[in-house]
Amino acid sequence: MDNSAPPLNSLVSVRNLSFSRGNKKIFDDISLDFERGKITAIMGPSGTGKTTLLKLIGGQLCPGHGAITVDGQNVHQLRRTELYKLRKRIGMLFQSGALLTDMNVYDNVAFPLREHTHLSESMIRTLVLMKLQAVGLRGARELMPNELSGGMARRIALARAIALDPMMILYDEPFTGQDPISMGALAHLIKSLNNTLGLTSIIVSHDVHETSLIADYIYVISEGRVIDQGTPTAMQQSTSAWTTQFMTGAADGPVHFHYPAKDYIDDLLSSGKRY
Amino acid sequence: MINNLENLGKQTRSSFTKLGRGSFFLLQAVSGTLSVLPRPRLLLNQLYSVGVLSFLIITISGLFVGMVLGLQGYYTLSAFGAEESLGVMVATSLVRELGPVVSALLFAGRAGSALTAEIGLMKATEQLSGMEMMAVDPIKRIISPRLLAGLLAMPLLAGLFSAVGIIGGELVGSGLLGLDEGAYWSQMQAKLDFQDDIVNGMIKSIVFGFVTTWIALFEGYDAIPTSEGVSRATTRTVVNSAFSILGLDFILTALMFGEH
Repeated sequence: MDNSAPPLNSLVSVRNLSFSRGNKKIFDDISLDFERGKITAIMGPSGTGKTTLLKLIGGQLCPGHGAITVDGQNVHQLRRTELYKLRKRIGMLFQSGALLTDMNVYDNVAFPLREHTHLSESMIRTLVLMKLQAVGLRGARELMPNELSGGMARRIALARAIALDPMMILYDEPFTGQDPISMGALAHLIKSLNNTLGLTSIIVSHDVHETSLIADYIYVISEGRVIDQGTPTAMQQSTSAWTTQFMTGAADGPVHFHYPAKDYIDDLLSSGKRY
Repeated sequence: MINNLENLGKQTRSSFTKLGRGSFFLLQAVSGTLSVLPRPRLLLNQLYSVGVLSFLIITISGLFVGMVLGLQGYYTLSAFGAEESLGVMVATSLVRELGPVVSALLFAGRAGSALTAEIGLMKATEQLSGMEMMAVDPIKRIISPRLLAGLLAMPLLAGLFSAVGIIGGELVGSGLLGLDEGAYWSQMQAKLDFQDDIVNGMIKSIVFGFVTTWIALFEGYDAIPTSEGVSRATTRTVVNSAFSILGLDFILTALMFGEH
């Protein structure tokens, strides 16, 4: 693949990345660029390592080969303190929200502010209420995480992710398991936060429709490689059989419906061992 | 045969790898305790959930163990006409052995399993990863305060266990069986040695508290982040803690009271 320098306006660039878990190769020499100020989506079927890619970008995992630079810094060559410094500028929204279950909503959003700043409680209160207002949940500040619906938990987690005014937010499957209303609300929120706060967003998702609506650029990944890439419109018109199957959600295609097995008729007629 | 050998090798290797991971984890947790000192609130919260919430089980168990000791001791001692020594017998058994050991076993069941489940669930629900991504070290923020709390709470709970047990022995001895109250206390005062009995018992409970909390925290942190993984880790905490407490008790007793 290409060893070329990343484009000038890319905030995150992944170069010739390979990563394996045990004997299973998750990524095989892939290169991706994430432009500043844009929403870039990484799409692909479940189990292709999309979440792993976010963990690699955040420095929680180390690649076997290749490099990832975030704002000009090679993530995996940073010392621990420098990595933590960089992470303060990155927000991450986990699939489950990852709210701290022993604190209420207010304290969860205040958590990064209390850990990393020496602001007074009155200042923290103002900031927390502003962030909660941005996600529409200022009124829910007294609730505990177990009293929130899945969609609300993710919005609170989003408020927490923007608490330190990061330069970039990583979204891990933000739409999974959401009802249509909260899915729409989240998509709108991601788009508007990205534009109003001047963020860069990376969304990992397999929800084609919602993601296509808000993404500026899409990478489709499967079996450790980038299968296709382009703007959402270009992806809809793609001639690649793989992309078409993924975008339309067809049951069979390059990704087979059936798990590899021997011939069906032979299998039925054979007197194999009983299960 | 070869397969069995291979499995044995694999298991041995994985046990040692786990021990290595556990030791490294402990090192990080211990070095993180310094960062807890400027934030006493973190420690106080944990002291409450590890210590105060174990209060009831320790008190009740201590009382009953003391009462049983009083009953059994009285019958045996009265056969030799030595029932005045009941106080010494109850106190020595409790302070040297039963206090530290039984309270540590109860602590492992009550607080240790809760710690493992809590940390394991935090891992399974990505709370630990989330903290890391917020540039907050979960070892310093979550693990170290709990380790310190376990270390402080255990000797206090063992002390409470012994104290309540001694009262339980007295209740049975003088209240139920008619032993002279003065003899119970004065014999105890005369025979119990501060260094030999109380300090050694305390050292034991500190060691048990440290090991039990370490096991509980590491099992949670190292758990497979699924509900099954967490439930297995919780079981392992109780089993491994019990083995460690009883094994270490033998070693410590041999070292402390060996020359007598």
